[in-house]
Amino acid sequence: MSAVREQVRRRSGAPARARTFVITPVVVVYLALAVLLVIGSVLVGLHGGVLLDHGGVLNILTRGTVLGLVAIGQTLVIVTGSLDLSVAYLVGLCSLVAAETMAGSTAMIVPGVLAALAVAAVVGLVNGLVITVLKANAFIATLGVALVLRGYLEHNYTGPAGTVPRAFQHIGYDRIGPVPVAALLMLLLAAAAWWYLRRTRTGYHMYAVGGDVDVARLSGVRTGRTIVTAHVLCAVMAGLAGVFLAGRLGSGAPYVGTDAGYDLESIAAVVLGGTALAGGRGGVAGTIGGVLILSTLDTIFDDLELDSFFKDVVRGVVLIAAVALYARRRTAGRSA
Amino acid sequence: MAVTHATPGAEHPVAVVRLEGIEKSFFGVPVLRGVDLSLRAGEVHALVGENGAGKSTLLKVLAGVHRPDAGRIVVRDEEVSFAAPRDAQAAGIAIIHQEFTLLEHRTVAENVFLGREPVRRGQVDRRAMETETRRLLDWLGEDGIEPGTEVARLSVARKQVVEIVKALSADATVLAMDEPTAALADNEVELLYGLVRRLRDRGIAILYVSHRMREVFDLSERITVLKDGAFVTCAPTADLDTDQVVRHMVGRPLEALYPERTGVPGAVRIALRGAGNERVRNLTFDVRTGEIVGVAGLQGSGRSAIARAIWGVEPFTTGTVELDGVPTRLTGPRTAVRKGIGYVTEDRKGEGLALRQSVRDNTLLVRRAACRGAEARHKADLARLLGSVAVVARSPHQEVRYLSGGNQQKVVLGKWLAVRPRVLIVDEPTRGVDVGAKQALYRLLRELADDGMAILMISSELPELIGMSDRILVMREGALAGELPAGADEETVMALATGHGAAA
Amino acid sequence: MRARPRLTGGTGPVLVVLLVLLVALAFAGPAYAEPSGYLALLKRAAPLVVLAVGQYFVIVSGGFDLSVGSLVTAEVVVAARLVDGDDANTWWVIALLLGCGILVGLVNGLITTKLLVPSFIVTLGMLLVLDGAVFLWSGGAPRGALSPSFRVLGRGSAEVPVLGQLPWSVIVLLVVVVAAVWFMRGGTGRLLLALGDNENVVRLAGGGVDRLRLLAFVLSALLASVAAILLAGFAGVSAQVGDGLEFRAITAVVLGGVLLGGGRGSVVAAAAGALSLEALFSLLNLLGVSGALESAVQGVIIIAAVAYAAHGAGLRRMLRRPVLDTV
Repeated sequence: MSAVREQVRRRSGAPARARTFVITPVVVVYLALAVLLVIGSVLVGLHGGVLLDHGGVLNILTRGTVLGLVAIGQTLVIVTGSLDLSVAYLVGLCSLVAAETMAGSTAMIVPGVLAALAVAAVVGLVNGLVITVLKANAFIATLGVALVLRGYLEHNYTGPAGTVPRAFQHIGYDRIGPVPVAALLMLLLAAAAWWYLRRTRTGYHMYAVGGDVDVARLSGVRTGRTIVTAHVLCAVMAGLAGVFLAGRLGSGAPYVGTDAGYDLESIAAVVLGGTALAGGRGGVAGTIGGVLILSTLDTIFDDLELDSFFKDVVRGVVLIAAVALYARRRTAGRSA
Repeated sequence: MAVTHATPGAEHPVAVVRLEGIEKSFFGVPVLRGVDLSLRAGEVHALVGENGAGKSTLLKVLAGVHRPDAGRIVVRDEEVSFAAPRDAQAAGIAIIHQEFTLLEHRTVAENVFLGREPVRRGQVDRRAMETETRRLLDWLGEDGIEPGTEVARLSVARKQVVEIVKALSADATVLAMDEPTAALADNEVELLYGLVRRLRDRGIAILYVSHRMREVFDLSERITVLKDGAFVTCAPTADLDTDQVVRHMVGRPLEALYPERTGVPGAVRIALRGAGNERVRNLTFDVRTGEIVGVAGLQGSGRSAIARAIWGVEPFTTGTVELDGVPTRLTGPRTAVRKGIGYVTEDRKGEGLALRQSVRDNTLLVRRAACRGAEARHKADLARLLGSVAVVARSPHQEVRYLSGGNQQKVVLGKWLAVRPRVLIVDEPTRGVDVGAKQALYRLLRELADDGMAILMISSELPELIGMSDRILVMREGALAGELPAGADEETVMALATGHGAAA
Repeated sequence: MRARPRLTGGTGPVLVVLLVLLVALAFAGPAYAEPSGYLALLKRAAPLVVLAVGQYFVIVSGGFDLSVGSLVTAEVVVAARLVDGDDANTWWVIALLLGCGILVGLVNGLITTKLLVPSFIVTLGMLLVLDGAVFLWSGGAPRGALSPSFRVLGRGSAEVPVLGQLPWSVIVLLVVVVAAVWFMRGGTGRLLLALGDNENVVRLAGGGVDRLRLLAFVLSALLASVAAILLAGFAGVSAQVGDGLEFRAITAVVLGGVLLGGGRGSVVAAAAGALSLEALFSLLNLLGVSGALESAVQGVIIIAAVAYAAHGAGLRRMLRRPVLDTV
């Protein structure tokens, strides 16, 4: 122990120098994205196409929208030192709630959205309470809730249900230039989440709870409330993703979230964005980078007309490689 | 904020906080039995007592972590009851724990205001946080710390300052410091002294919990002694001397604590010749069979680095090590174990024991980890091993975390004896161990030496080092400063360790 | 020191749960009036028990293995295509599957230990890779068929002296559980537990920390391969055969009172957890609860189990009297 301390002392002996340009994980993520875009453009170009044309940009952003929404929420939870495995089923559930409440009626758009978000909030609340009150490990707690949701969906639905009025379907397809409105909304929410984490008290407390829950508690942070808040916000983001998907599909679909694997995929995006799985550091900016990397990969594969399964393989490799890279940087000074 | 309303002065003998007749039991076992304590503004009040005397429980009562079963807590003449740490904080009481309550990856200002961030127009007022943090740092005369620095980049001493600033920013008028020098290097201790005195002069009441008599006498105005959960005495420091305090703490004389030096040193077992790495340099010394060689030195002098180098965690890069006359390369723990070296580390809980595993599994850990052999034979040896170190446990299947510090340390020793080492390195062997178990451990170490083991004993407690060692090596700044014979006095050791005064 | 058999901490509750479920089964279904009903239950449960035992090794040493479900799917699909209905191919394909399992475990373990990536991420990545790779190779839908001799392991029975007809899968299950118990009682098994508890201690005691972790991942993947072989025989070839099995195995292990994060729990309890889960599903089935609600019940159960573990500890400690005696 003392040896470790000595080491720390020596390393931090020099007074902190003036702020230099630090290569944070966020910078790495966006550099990686840039490199990916360049390589992708070349590959697609060789294949006789253009990656970043109108359709390409549209494709990348559209693909990124839903995953982005879910991943923003997941970021809040992971920063707080927790995890949410229930988002995929929740996306499906919320798409159904929205579509069934709207039932094709334009007047019911607002109630439909609100109902879906309310359901999401309740599920998030349950997640948070199971973790804080029943003191279940987040992994198990949200897995349990996920299974409960799955049971409900399997019991009650066999396929798409409900109808979304045409007016609401616009949200899935309207765009400004090559940029879909929904993607803009997603980025706006990302900005809001960034502000929330970096500028509000609750955001500060999320970092504190994720960094060290005992320290946070001893310092007077209401840790339980913070964790519950993170889970509710995460669930609401997943709910929004569900509502948006209902808009795109024209109806609710029970397995729209699980088919896309949004639970593990969103965790992958967050981790890819440089947020530590253990919590306490990282943020939304990196997550959006991670999401864009994943959706760019998809788009490149589409343009290259590669087998869609190939993209899973690449995703797996990219994920492991990225985390290995961060681990290497972080533990450069690890003592034996 | 905090500091402006703290009235300066020893001329105010009124207690800021009084604890009266505090009692507390856990599962029917009394831990505090009617303890009184009063803290005045502008005084440093030392709280001493052996491990298990109830100091930390008393601190937790003061901090609102535990509720007393009986007794009163009076803050500025008003009886209060703390339901949670938050309440104690609101009453102006802050505890500086041994383990810092800081978030490594947040800035100094973010840590200082954790849980109480000022909010302006819906968002955290970061400028106010930094300004106030800087003001408090200036007020303490600590201008080397920037409020915007990530805490992970600060030294241990500076983290402690941040911890104190964090308490002050919460309007603390009473600071309880639990073993504040435990983690500090010696030059940092001096800085802490200065800081404590400045806090006192600015009217803060300080409860200073420490084992180290020198600090207690250097700093405090009054001393309260606890023993076995009961209040023994409270007197002005000027009216006491070290012997008296120790007698109050222990309740009996300590002459027979150390066993007699009976053995005769034999052949050289381990020899270092000009060994060094980036922590220590040019070490040349021998340890013979049957002898206990002590290693003294200030924190950071390379004391423990010798052990870690021999152990191969940070191996020697220069010089040679000979075992029984054979040059040996020690490249890692596995090699070291196989070469017959055992190492009782300083950090028992972090490096010595798997706390949730049983006494048996911990005792057999090294054997299983480093040696091949029939599991049945391991198990057959267990009873003999546990008997030889006299572990007191409900059964070999009891988890070690439920054992006392002394018994845990015996398990650690047993785990090494299981591989019959020829060399045993012990680092702070009696840290966190009560006097009775200390005595048993000392006797055990001496017996092992008499059986022909070569023992290298590293310790920051000079009395123990002097009482046990056949020779004492003194380290200073990574090099050997000298060697002293058995029975050297503390002043001589300190003179060598600090480099002040003539070496013996 | 007493020589009487001792249950490792935390094994008790799950055995009680299992017993209650088994008794309830006897009341609920006439099939369980005789041993054959329970034998059928064991046969159904065999793949999950084997998977849970594998998962146990990883969890107890402080990790996660999320890749086992996709490994099962992958191996079943590969087996179908390679065997292609020909008995001559059975044995080398089985050997190949076990070999692939070991390889996947090695990769998981090496990336976790050498590249210092959390096992959650490594095995998640492996999940994606396996999912993608297999379907890439098989072209999206499983092709080929298993040979009768291959399917014997999952659905056939062997003539065992004294006991009579015993399904192969039950024999495999018993062998795996007994071997795992034997392993966990031995030195390496105890070290694995200690590793999950405190890695530093094992490292400083001269233990090969990386090698131990590697072993845990290899065992998990190897047992997943065994489960795949059983499952292929029992349930036949489909691209969904391994879906969600990783979570089900983790559920079983947690239900057995094994601590996520490592350092505590017994392998018997993990196996009992898996068996309880399967017994529960059978019971729900008998009671006419729709199959769709199975997962909901599973969800509620694991939350309850973990909440019990978190809150029951304090309760148990209060009951435990601190009596000291010299060892």
